[in-house]
Amino acid sequence: MTLNDRVLGASALLFAVLMFLFGWGLEAPFAYEPVGPRAFPLMLATLIALCGLWVLLRGRDSAEPNPPGANARIALMVAIIVGYALVFQPLGFVVATALMCVLVGRLFGGGWRQCVMGGLGTGLLFFLLFDKVFDVVLPRGVLGGLL
Amino acid sequence: MSSTLEHLALGFSVAMTPTNLLVAAIGSFLGTIVGVLPGLGPINGVAMLIPIAFAMNLPPETALILLAAVYVGAEYGGRITSILINVPGEAASVMTTLDGYPLARQGLASVALSLSAWASFVGSLVAIIGITLFAPLVARWALAFGPAEYFVLMVFAFCALSSLLGDKPVKGALAALIGLAIATIGVDANSGVYRYTLALPELADGIDFVVVVIGLFAVAEMLQMLENLLTGQKVEVPRSERKLFNFKELAYTWWTTVRGSLLGFGIGVLPGAGASVASAVAYANEKRLHEGKDPEAKFGRGDLRGLVAPEAANNSAATGSFIPMLTLGVPGSGTTAVMMGALTLYNITPGPVLFEAQPTLVWGLIASLFVANLMLFVMNVPMVRVFASMLSIPGWLLVPGILAISFIGVYALSSSTFDLLLMTGIGVVGYFLRKMGLPMAPMVLGVVLGNLMEQNLRRALSITNGEIGILWSSPVTIGLWLLAAAVLFVPPILRRYSVRLAPPET
Repeated sequence: MTLNDRVLGASALLFAVLMFLFGWGLEAPFAYEPVGPRAFPLMLATLIALCGLWVLLRGRDSAEPNPPGANARIALMVAIIVGYALVFQPLGFVVATALMCVLVGRLFGGGWRQCVMGGLGTGLLFFLLFDKVFDVVLPRGVLGGLL
Repeated sequence: MSSTLEHLALGFSVAMTPTNLLVAAIGSFLGTIVGVLPGLGPINGVAMLIPIAFAMNLPPETALILLAAVYVGAEYGGRITSILINVPGEAASVMTTLDGYPLARQGLASVALSLSAWASFVGSLVAIIGITLFAPLVARWALAFGPAEYFVLMVFAFCALSSLLGDKPVKGALAALIGLAIATIGVDANSGVYRYTLALPELADGIDFVVVVIGLFAVAEMLQMLENLLTGQKVEVPRSERKLFNFKELAYTWWTTVRGSLLGFGIGVLPGAGASVASAVAYANEKRLHEGKDPEAKFGRGDLRGLVAPEAANNSAATGSFIPMLTLGVPGSGTTAVMMGALTLYNITPGPVLFEAQPTLVWGLIASLFVANLMLFVMNVPMVRVFASMLSIPGWLLVPGILAISFIGVYALSSSTFDLLLMTGIGVVGYFLRKMGLPMAPMVLGVVLGNLMEQNLRRALSITNGEIGILWSSPVTIGLWLLAAAVLFVPPILRRYSVRLAPPET
C-alpha cells in the first residue's frame, strides 16, 4: 500500500466517524451550563471530516516509498521499543536499557563490542544521574538489592 | 520613574547577595541541562526542584530565584537539541527546529547555537525591561480579557500556525484538530463525563502532554532516522567550521530579534498563551514579512531569521509570563503555574497585593531574572563547543540514549508501563502521519491548548446562556478574528498573485 493523500483523507474520515460514534452518547446527567461535554468533540469531528474530505478529493501528494528492506527494520525497531516498554519495570532501568542499547545500536550500525560497552555505560550512567542526582525514581527491577 | 529606580535598586540588593548569585548560577546550569534533554522541559525541571528547594529550607525569594533560573535556563537549553538533532528539548522550541536543524545540516551548527543564544538574551532583556516598566499597566489591560477573547486568541494562534506551514494549510489544520481531539480524552472537568477513555482507567486523566510530545518527536524521529540511515543519509550533523556568529549575521537578524522579542512579550503577558504560542506567532510573522519579497528568504531550509524570531519570542514570553502570575495570580504558562504552587507552599498568595506586601520578593525576582540571563548568555557562548561536541556522538550510541531519556521522562511522570506503550503507539502513528505530510507542531499545540480552548468556549457561552454572538461582540474579539482571517487568506492570495506576475520559467 502506498501512503498518499487518498489514504490520509480516508483515515481522517474514518477517525471523524469513530469520534462521532463514540461522542454522540456523551451527555451529562445534570446540565449546569448551555454547552455540554459532547459539543466540542463533535465540532472537532465535523472539522476533521471536512479536512479529510478536502485532502481525499484535492490532495495529490504521495510519500516517497521506503528502500527495500527498510520496512522490516523499521518494524523491528518498533518491536524493540515495545519490548523495552514491557520490560522497563520488571527488569529495572539498568538491565532493560543495556539490552535495548545493544539491539538498537546494532540496528544503527554499531559493532557488537561497541554496543555492549555503550549499553552498559548508558544504563549505569543514566541511572546514577537521574535516580541519584535528579531524584527521578527509576525502577530497580532485578538489580533491586545491588543499587 | 524614581519609584521604579528605587524598586530596581532594592531588587538588585536582593539578587546580588552571594547566596542568591550562587543559586541563580546553579539554577541556570541545571535548567540548561534539563532543557537539552528531549522530553524534559522547564515544567519538569521546576516541578522536580520544588520539593528539593523546600527541603533545603531556602527562604522564599531564594527558592523562587532558583526556580526562575531553571525556567529561563531550560528555555535556553531547549534550542540546543532542536538545532543539533531536530528534537525539540521542550514545547516552545518546536519552531526552532524548522530553520535551526537545516542550518546545522549545512555545517552552521555552532553559528546557529551562538546566534540563538544571543536572540534569547535580547528577548529576555526586552521582557525584563517590559516587566519593570509596564507590569501595572499591562495587568490592567489583560484583565479585560474574558473567556470569549481567550477562545478567539487561540483560534488566531492556530490560524497563524497553519498559515506558517505555507503551501499545505489544510494539512496543518488537520494536524491541529487531531491534537485538539487528543486533548478531549479523559474525564470532562465540568460534567464528570468520561470521554473517549475506552473504559481504560489509565485514560481517565487524559493523555499527558509529555507522552504525546515524546511520542511524536522522539519515537517518530528515531524511526525517521532509521529510514534516513537506510536511504544513505547520515544521522550525524556535519561539524561546523566557525564557532561564533559574525557581525554581518548579527546585523542581518537584529530587527527580527527585536520584533520577536516585543511580540513574545506581548503574548507572554496574556495568561494562558505561553512561550509555545509566542514562538509560533513570531515565526509566522517573520515568514509572512519576508517570504515573496526577499529573494534570499529560505524559511524552513535554514534561514537565520527563522531561527532567531522564535528564540527571541519564547524567552521573552517566558519572562513576560511572570507578569500575570505576579500581578493577577493567573499564571501565564504551565511553568509559572507550577511556580505559583511553590509560592503557596510558603503561604504566599500571588496577586495585586504582592507588589505592596512582598517588594523584596517581587523585585528581587525581577533583578535575578536579569542576572540569570546574563549568566546564561555568558555560559552559552563559550560552551557552544561543549554542546557542539554532542555532534561527535555516533548514531549507535545517540539513538538508544535518546530513547532511554525519553522513557525516563515519561516514566518520571506516572511510573506506568501503560504510558510507555501509549507513547510508543503515538510515535508510530506520528511517523505515518509525518510521512503523509502532516506537520507535527500544530498537533502539539492542539494537545497543549485543547482543554483551555474548550473551557474558555464553554465559559463564554455560559455567560450568554448559549448565545454564540459573544464570540464576536467585543472590539478585541473582532480584531482577533480579522487578524486570524488575514493570516489565513492573505498569504495564498499573495502567492497566487505573485505566481501570475512571475515570468514563466524556461
